[in-house]
Amino acid sequence: MCGIIGVIDRGREVMDGSAIRRSLSLMNERGSGEGAGYVAYGVYPEFRDYFALHVFFDNLHETRPKVDALLHQWGRVVHDEEIPTRDTARLRKVHTPWRYFFKPDVRLMPRSTTPAEEIVTELVMRINTAIDGALVFSSGRNVGVFKAAGWPEEVADFYRIEEYEGHCWLAHNRYPTNTPGWWGGAHPFNLLDWSVVHNGEITSYGTNRRYIESFGYRCTMFTDTEVVAYLVDLLVRRHGLPAELAVTALAPPFWDEIDAMDDRRRRLHHALRLTYASAMMNGPFAIAVADQDSLVAFTDRSKLRPLVGAEAGDRLYVSSEEAAIRAMEPRLDRVFMPRAGEPIVGRCR
Amino acid sequence: MRTVVIDAAGMHYTPLNNLVREAVARGAERIVLENVLGQRFIANGVRGDVAIEVRGVPGGDLGMFMSGPRIEVFGNAEHAPGNTMDAGEIVVHGSAGDAVGHSMRGGRIFVEGAIGYRGGIHMKQYLEKHPVLVVGEYARAFLGEYMAGGTVLVLARHGGPAVEERGLGSGIHGGEIVLRGGLDPRYLGVGATTVPMDAGAMARVRPLVEAYCAHFGVDADPLLDDDYTRVVPASARPFADKYTWE
Repeated sequence: MCGIIGVIDRGREVMDGSAIRRSLSLMNERGSGEGAGYVAYGVYPEFRDYFALHVFFDNLHETRPKVDALLHQWGRVVHDEEIPTRDTARLRKVHTPWRYFFKPDVRLMPRSTTPAEEIVTELVMRINTAIDGALVFSSGRNVGVFKAAGWPEEVADFYRIEEYEGHCWLAHNRYPTNTPGWWGGAHPFNLLDWSVVHNGEITSYGTNRRYIESFGYRCTMFTDTEVVAYLVDLLVRRHGLPAELAVTALAPPFWDEIDAMDDRRRRLHHALRLTYASAMMNGPFAIAVADQDSLVAFTDRSKLRPLVGAEAGDRLYVSSEEAAIRAMEPRLDRVFMPRAGEPIVGRCR
Repeated sequence: MRTVVIDAAGMHYTPLNNLVREAVARGAERIVLENVLGQRFIANGVRGDVAIEVRGVPGGDLGMFMSGPRIEVFGNAEHAPGNTMDAGEIVVHGSAGDAVGHSMRGGRIFVEGAIGYRGGIHMKQYLEKHPVLVVGEYARAFLGEYMAGGTVLVLARHGGPAVEERGLGSGIHGGEIVLRGGLDPRYLGVGATTVPMDAGAMARVRPLVEAYCAHFGVDADPLLDDDYTRVVPASARPFADKYTWE
């Protein structure tokens, strides 16, 4: 059991982090104090053209020079600093969160249609597998993940979350069940522009992991949700699927439902299921995925985890609980529950 | 009538429930909970004859193990209101989440709007204990899953089918599910079957429709003057051959 919440302002009006902190804390019962996190889009407008790499360092003195060297080999760092934190009574700072604003040298990745993203993905995978004591947990442009092992309000206060402003936010309160709680295992999981929060478990993790690693991704965070971020990157960025089709590939209808479809839809769903058999996710889950322009949330096809959506003006909300949404916005135009496997989609205008 | 008003704004459910129990112990007949937002387990295990008004959106497992009180929610309910409830009544002026009436063993739940997935899962009955779940609009998939007793009634007041998702009555081996209007048979779950709505069944359903209409100020006649579909267990042991071999 975990708690998830997300909001997107479709007119790109920004919100500071204090409201989502309040919402996530309302669902404290869904967590165990072993992991919480936030991601916000639009937080680094002054560095909007640079990839913001957030890194957990175990030891700045020994490890940071190795990451610095690798980044300088592949591009240019215009600014880097320790992520500002606040001392809090109960959260022990076991890693030092650092951020780099990085521009890859695209000439080093010829023949790619998305060379900058290829370089950053490669660097994330390389740092996380080959440099002991460094973990990149956020790597997109104008987006930042802030997470740690603690309760929602502790993690928010530690990162001074109320000082960030974004037009799209996701947040997660973790109750680890199958794997240990640690900073890297807290949600959101991020790669490039994609961020994922998840309540439940991906029982097909082994299959999904083997599949995604065959495309060069490396799972390093000891928990199932990580594969979802990489699957979304593969399906949407590299294969070019629209969000709705990507969700269908990850959480497809049952075969008997496909058999009952009209001919055209049946052929499409057959093709998706056969092409992406190893990307299909099994097990109970409610997942929210965001990028700079959209927010998508969906559950497993048997609806074994809760998901509620709501709208208030330009803002679209998704959450495990309606009350958490109302903690951010008491006056909602509409509250609704999506069907199993059917995505809630919010896009910026 | 002794009324106790409690402002629940920002309060955790444990002190809130302590206040509710204290009020009941002191003989309150009506308890009004103002500014409820996400507090779970409200009125859990509370016994006695008391009316509790919940103003706001309560958290999950409202009235769990409750035996006797009447709860009225002015807002939507979260997952599993009436979980393993023993006696009493929950009336929701709104909709409710998944697993409404989970393992309910007595009492009645009325939801004005729709409910989520797995409504009435594991409902049971024994002797005079006969739980009832009445839904005004529709129910999502796996309604009455593993149901062992009691009655689920879905009134389809929204204009569409009462149920149009899979697994209706999957593994049902007791009780009945009654739907206003028809049912596409492909939504029937394993172990569930439809039987004609006879006079006896209609006589059981009529007072439930009337009670729903009384709660929400709705005219009962058009609802009663319609066809109903009745879903019951195909056998008392739907999975006899699945896990054991005789």
